[in-house]
Amino acid sequence: MANHSATHPKHVHHHFVDSNQQFESAKLGMWVFLVNEILFFGGLFCAYIIFRAWYPELFTQAALELNTFWGAVNTVVLIGSSLTVAMAIRSAQNNQKRGLEINLLITILLACVFLVIKYFEYEHKLHLGIAPGSFWNPTPEIAAVLDHPKANIFFGIYYMMTGVHGLHVIVGIGLMIWLYIRARKGHFNSEYYTPVEITGLYWHLVDLIWIFLFPLLYLIE
Amino acid sequence: MANVSTSANSAASTPMKLKVKQFQPAQTPTNTYLTDEKGVWAWLTTVDHKKIGLMYLGSVAFFFALAGFLAIALRTELWTPAKTFIEADTYNQLFTLHGAMMVFFVLVPSIPAALGNFILPMQLGAKDVAFPRLNLASFYIYVFGAIFTFLSLANNGFDTGWTFYTPYSSDTNSAGIIWVTLGVFILGFSSILTGTNFITTIHKLRAPGISWDRLPLNVWALYATSIIQVLATPVLAITILLLAMENILDIGIFDPALGGDPVLYQHFFWFYSHPAVYIMIVPGFGIISEVITTFSKKTIFGYWAIALSSLAIAFIGFLVWGHHMFTSGQSAVATTIFSFLTFLVGIPTGIKIFNWVATLYRGSISMKTPMLYVFIFIFLFSIGGFTGIMLGALSVDIHLHDTYYVVAHFHYVMMGGTLIALLAGLHYWWPKMTGKMYNEPLAKIAAGFIFIGFNVTFLPQFIMGAQGMPRRYYNYIDQFTPFHQTSTIGSYILALGFLIILYYLAHSLFKGKKAGPNPWNSRGLEWQSTSPPDFHNFSHTPVVIHGPYDYHQPIEEFQLGLAVEHGHGEKYLAADATGSEAAETTSA
Repeated sequence: MANHSATHPKHVHHHFVDSNQQFESAKLGMWVFLVNEILFFGGLFCAYIIFRAWYPELFTQAALELNTFWGAVNTVVLIGSSLTVAMAIRSAQNNQKRGLEINLLITILLACVFLVIKYFEYEHKLHLGIAPGSFWNPTPEIAAVLDHPKANIFFGIYYMMTGVHGLHVIVGIGLMIWLYIRARKGHFNSEYYTPVEITGLYWHLVDLIWIFLFPLLYLIE
Repeated sequence: MANVSTSANSAASTPMKLKVKQFQPAQTPTNTYLTDEKGVWAWLTTVDHKKIGLMYLGSVAFFFALAGFLAIALRTELWTPAKTFIEADTYNQLFTLHGAMMVFFVLVPSIPAALGNFILPMQLGAKDVAFPRLNLASFYIYVFGAIFTFLSLANNGFDTGWTFYTPYSSDTNSAGIIWVTLGVFILGFSSILTGTNFITTIHKLRAPGISWDRLPLNVWALYATSIIQVLATPVLAITILLLAMENILDIGIFDPALGGDPVLYQHFFWFYSHPAVYIMIVPGFGIISEVITTFSKKTIFGYWAIALSSLAIAFIGFLVWGHHMFTSGQSAVATTIFSFLTFLVGIPTGIKIFNWVATLYRGSISMKTPMLYVFIFIFLFSIGGFTGIMLGALSVDIHLHDTYYVVAHFHYVMMGGTLIALLAGLHYWWPKMTGKMYNEPLAKIAAGFIFIGFNVTFLPQFIMGAQGMPRRYYNYIDQFTPFHQTSTIGSYILALGFLIILYYLAHSLFKGKKAGPNPWNSRGLEWQSTSPPDFHNFSHTPVVIHGPYDYHQPIEEFQLGLAVEHGHGEKYLAADATGSEAAETTSA
């Protein structure tokens, strides 16, 4: 179009007709990506189901080694961060720059708290020799309680599931920092908050996956 | 003047009357996407879907040549029953590399990422795909995955076959296997991002007037393909990641020595890799539908049957993976169900074949090169499809499993199907992409070489497979010598055909005649733009008033409408109607 650039708001890319089309596209694209994420974790859940069906007694035994208290704390932390990211979107929609910044910061903080707790959980397990795969070398006390020849498989699955989830949390933190920087520069307002919205969608999924991981790994007695 | 009722694009859902002005694309465009920005750097950083499509096309051609060269080496080695000129270990690495490269670097990205990238937005009347930067990123992810695979070669290589079956792949103690699995993991993301991009583009970026029943069948096929890419590829990603972890950490999920289950690996792998077969072939179906109407000058027969059968294949394709594992110790119930479902997937495929043949009936057929490839496709793909049904039958499969019969079958489907469709599409859209025509008689001769060479190569493999020649073997007993030698000769003929194609396409680039916007007189939207198109694909926002296969309507009615909009909250359209020239927009 000859007068294309004249009527186009700055944030709208050249190939979109208007802001709304761009927003709808970004949202649909993110939803499609989330479906793909679910299938990705689906493989791990599938492995979990199969090995749990084969070795049910192993799973109940091994789950006792996981710290339910800190797992529960982490669940609360992540649900809280989902709330703050939703509030960040709300702030952007209402042109509240300050609110957007604060909510993003709290979300980043909560995500970091989650990782720190996760780190100490890992640390503790590795200390006891509950390590993945060929590094599996439990202390005698642990070996006495966890009396199962395939005990390493439960923890193989545990480390894979929580590890891949942890990577998603790290990616989420990176995205949130990027959003915070842009928010500081005043890029977002009620007209344009697409990145905040779709990062929020992503963050809800990361949260949701943890909500499934927590009972499946920690709460099976 | 054409008064059209259209639901515009998805942004505005209320139907409105559009007044459109018709125009013709210029015969010789002054400013095209090729002249728009020049230099290597401009190409490498472009977000233009057309250039990205061409970069994919170049890469796919490169890997095809490389993997094809390996195939020739393998066939030459098989000239004699014992060693001919390669060592056995090298042979194992070469057939693995041939398979992995052809599947992951050639077949999966070939039609969607190369031709689809170029054509899809044009068929939708869009300026680009929904996420152009993501599109460029997916190309670089593809390159990155390729680099990892080459690094694998520098680290002892891999000789597991392209399927990476455990426990061999987890016990082989080769660093190469870790590199290549990570490479495939990375490549998967390229495929996922392309699929995500296409789904969004098809939903949100259709030009005014393109309702779902005016969507070209190529778009329907790419839509079905994208759905499979998004749903199946992540499962491959996690499988491959687990396999890599099995190698790095011995996590024990697949390794029987540690209590894991190698058959679980096969389930995971084929849950992706069977649908992946449809990622490779369904876009080919789309091309065939486009070409066959254009060169029959006739409306496609059974539009909805073809469109929906693509989706049906995508759906059923997810439920048949177990037919790769009839001999792996599945339960009898599971094998029976998988066998029935495998027969079921033949139905939508058959529907397509019959509809294409019905489209030919009483059409005004012109035997141009793309059409020639369509006929080759129908012939070869039918053989590939029927032999697939035989492999899906339980008792027969026990005999044929892991023999050359399987090798011949999937080459008939993948090469006789996908690659021939790719050639059809390449010859069909070449004038659009480059603005040049190619040497038609030479192209027909090359098609003849490919058809003959292909059959000479792979028909004998059905026979020796049925007689018990196992696949992937380095040596064989003397009785198979004539079959192997015939097959090897065939592969040389095939290679010659591809060399001819390389020659005349290169010639066409530099010395080809100008093509003009619509050399085939097609009704498709992509042909209503200049050849090659300009950066925005169309110089005016197209308003589509007819379906893509309405050959009963005069071509003049397909000259596009011009819609002026933006900035007033309502669509305003140029009222002047009869002028056939491309007028500049007069903004209100």
